[in-house]
Amino acid sequence: MNAPLRRVGVVALVLFAMLFVNLNYQQWYKADDYRTNPRNTRVQAEEYSRPRGTISLSNGEVVAQSQETTDTFKYLRVYPFDTKYAHVVGYKPVYGTATYVERLNNEFLAGNAPEQLGDRLAAMFTGNESPGGIVQLTLSKAAQDTAHKELTSNRLNTQKGAVIALDPKTGALLAEVSLPSYDPNLLTTHNADEASKAYQTLDADPTHPLSNRATSEILAPGSTMKVVVSAAALKEGMKPDTVIPAGPYYQPPQSGSFQIKNASPSTCPEAQITLQRALTVSCNTAFAKLGVEQLGLDKVKSMAESFGFEETPEFIDDDKNIMNVTASHTGSMTGSNGKVDPAALAQSSIGQKDVRMTPLQGALIAATVANEGKQMRPYLVDTLQSSGLSVVNKTQPTTLRRVVSDGVAEDLQDMMISVVDSGTGKPAKVKGLQVGGKTGTAENGEDANDHGWFIGFAMKNNQPVVAVAVVLEGAGKGGSHEAARIAGQVMKAYADERGTE
Amino acid sequence: MTAAAVSTPQPPDAGSGAVPSVPPARPSGLRNIELGLLAFTLVVVGTYSVAMEAGALDQITAHFWIPIATLAIVFLGIHIAIRFLAPYADPVFLPAVTLINGMGVAFLRRIDLADAIRHKSTDYSAFSGLGFRQLLWTALSVGFAIIVLAIVRDHKSLSRYAFTLGFAGIVLVMIPAVLPARLSMVNGAKLWINFGFFSIQPGEFAKIALLVFFAYYLVRKREVLSLASRRVLGVDFPRGRDLGPVIAVWLMSLLVLIFEKDLGTSLMYFGMFIVTLYIATERVSWLIIGLMLFSGGVFTAYVLGGTIGGPFANFRLRADIWLDPFSDPDNRGYQLVQSLLGLGTGGLFGAGPGEGYPRKIPEVQNDFISAGLGEEIGLFGLTALLIVYLVIVVRGLRAALGVHDSFGKLFAGGLAFTLGLQVFVIVGGVSKLIPLTGQTTPFLSAGGSSLMANWILITLLIRISDAARRPAEGQPAKGGNGPAAGGPAKLQEMPTEVMR
Repeated sequence: MNAPLRRVGVVALVLFAMLFVNLNYQQWYKADDYRTNPRNTRVQAEEYSRPRGTISLSNGEVVAQSQETTDTFKYLRVYPFDTKYAHVVGYKPVYGTATYVERLNNEFLAGNAPEQLGDRLAAMFTGNESPGGIVQLTLSKAAQDTAHKELTSNRLNTQKGAVIALDPKTGALLAEVSLPSYDPNLLTTHNADEASKAYQTLDADPTHPLSNRATSEILAPGSTMKVVVSAAALKEGMKPDTVIPAGPYYQPPQSGSFQIKNASPSTCPEAQITLQRALTVSCNTAFAKLGVEQLGLDKVKSMAESFGFEETPEFIDDDKNIMNVTASHTGSMTGSNGKVDPAALAQSSIGQKDVRMTPLQGALIAATVANEGKQMRPYLVDTLQSSGLSVVNKTQPTTLRRVVSDGVAEDLQDMMISVVDSGTGKPAKVKGLQVGGKTGTAENGEDANDHGWFIGFAMKNNQPVVAVAVVLEGAGKGGSHEAARIAGQVMKAYADERGTE
Repeated sequence: MTAAAVSTPQPPDAGSGAVPSVPPARPSGLRNIELGLLAFTLVVVGTYSVAMEAGALDQITAHFWIPIATLAIVFLGIHIAIRFLAPYADPVFLPAVTLINGMGVAFLRRIDLADAIRHKSTDYSAFSGLGFRQLLWTALSVGFAIIVLAIVRDHKSLSRYAFTLGFAGIVLVMIPAVLPARLSMVNGAKLWINFGFFSIQPGEFAKIALLVFFAYYLVRKREVLSLASRRVLGVDFPRGRDLGPVIAVWLMSLLVLIFEKDLGTSLMYFGMFIVTLYIATERVSWLIIGLMLFSGGVFTAYVLGGTIGGPFANFRLRADIWLDPFSDPDNRGYQLVQSLLGLGTGGLFGAGPGEGYPRKIPEVQNDFISAGLGEEIGLFGLTALLIVYLVIVVRGLRAALGVHDSFGKLFAGGLAFTLGLQVFVIVGGVSKLIPLTGQTTPFLSAGGSSLMANWILITLLIRISDAARRPAEGQPAKGGNGPAAGGPAKLQEMPTEVMR
């Protein structure tokens, strides 16, 4: 009976080998599948058993926090200001990936970042649960409040738009609002079905409330592009008082009957105009002609690229572009034969044709002009603090690039201030501040309403205070005026807040 | 080996290597090895218990030492009993079993702590809950095992009660089937006798009783059953009229499948019988016939469950869950889905003792205990635990190889294989290797009847291994506490007589 006993031993070995192989399959090969399976709440339960760190504004006011519940998961992620900070802070859903700052600093907020190892070890010995770290943003309460209020209650009743404000000297993000917004609290509920339903509703919404219009959506910039063309002209040695040709219309060479016209017949019917006046009244014919006949494609394009076009201006410490910043483009200005298409160049010089810009890029242009031609890399996280409130990391402002010389920048400042003082940008005027800027009205197809733009900056005692870009999508008539007004309000709010500090 | 060779009344020849390769060791040496291994397992279980409390509660309770100290006393008790009652026994059985039993007690306490946390209670007492019950059952089972060891001085004496035990086994198997569901049904399987304040699973004891009968019966009939009539593809098949007992056991296991709604138990009984039959006759054909009969029966039950339903519906349901648990992850597939998700989340190294979420699987203290443990100790920990089971099985088969009488060989082989098969059936079930069945995990799951039955099983293996390693008569046995050889010597002749 010994031979079969041995074979039975082999059978037992085979049975156990099957168990081992199968367990390897389930616990190793399939482990990641199972770990991320929506039915698996273990990972979430672990994560939600500890409070996640708060996210706060520059003044310390909390915009995202963990609230203790009696739920299956101990802590609920709560956003006290509902829609107001949704496109900066993002949201941290129980199932699925977080967005924006919640994702950018996910590890630190959860307390799992490498620099928090000491905190974790300390917590292990003291027996306390180790809460996540605190993320303090650069956002200004006043600027964000005003931007949010003015954009959502804009006088044209436009439903889509964005406001973004930067500190020209540092690149710190001061305000960022995208309209329409959404309530992140709907997406962080512990009820998986409710959260997924809310997400599907938002995702299917044709107005795209989840997308961030301030950094992710590109639109034709219209006349705000004239700032870039002006910079190219100044770089070529022109001065604000250099006289350039204008006129009621301009017909680029080799373009058949195609004509560039002005916004109204009274804009710049004269044959000649100074560069500054051309920008102040937003003279299309002058800038189209300047682009085609005096500068040419390469100089217009390369100046746009100097300001950051064709490149993604990622925020500091966001190499993976989690803040979802989109690059702006000048688009094609050549014909099918590969040679310059004068009609396309003429249109591109006034921000039409295939030129596309994000509000962030618009704010960067204004900020660069205000900051003597030096462009700072945008950032939005000021400090990372441990749960014990000691600062673990403070973001140091970094220069992204030198765009134009001091002299060119100062001339551009004068020209843009003239726009607000006596030109199309008057609604942006703020008492006590020197505001400069440029309006833009971008054609948005045959039947749709035009987009209204304003990019600008505010100076105080010759020091740059804030740069703002506002866009009102499909706002139609008066869009750029309203955009300028909103920008002025944001500048005023921020300057007031800073002045009282 | 040929049938003729087997029929010689002599013990297996030396060439077969049946005798353990180690020369008969001094019993005190064996027992010291056992004590050393036992101390090691207690350290492992103790370390796990402390880590588990730290992981689950972020603190170590004042009661942490109570389960481990109790286990130490109880296990030391049976170790001392073995020193006197079975001095030559294989020293691996006891430490291997105490490791698993100890991990079971500790993990059940871990479930108690999870429940306490869930109910926002700070009662972390070691004198309540599943862990405490299991601790009591362990003490009771080990006490009973010592009594069995003391009474059954020679395993061959069991064959005297083969018919009584066989009958008792069948009765035990049948009781839950005939009882009304409210007294016998737990989680869809009618395997229980519910006494109100506690319930027992008679099948656990029936397993051993039936094995005694199978071993006795097959030793007597092995000659006949190994006669070949036809040779197909190099395999000798038995005569048609000799199929009777196989068909009978097959029918019985199918009845279990249908009326007790449990594939695992059915597979256990049938597998147990077929394997002992194979060991007795050395005919591979019995394995083939058995496998065909069983798979045929299972397939038919599956098809019938889908068409006429009735008593087959439960099996059909379980098979469907097995095929795709994620098709109904919130209801019927819930436990298996959560079991797999737990195992996967644990991954290679596990969440750490006390760091998992065992109560995501509602029945984690019973069928799913290996999944709950697997989440916390990971693939490596669970594999190590399964290897301990495998060691017990292999050591059991070794005892079967070493023991001289046919009844002992069959019985030990059957016991060892049955234990392995049960582990395979339940661990395979919770890890989606085979359809899930309502088996307990030996020495690990909560439950007194399972624990007690398995302690009896291991005691009998200890007894047989003692017989296998005991120096041949005439040689002076050091230690000298062994039972008198007079009675069993006569019994030892019996199988041979019957065979002729």
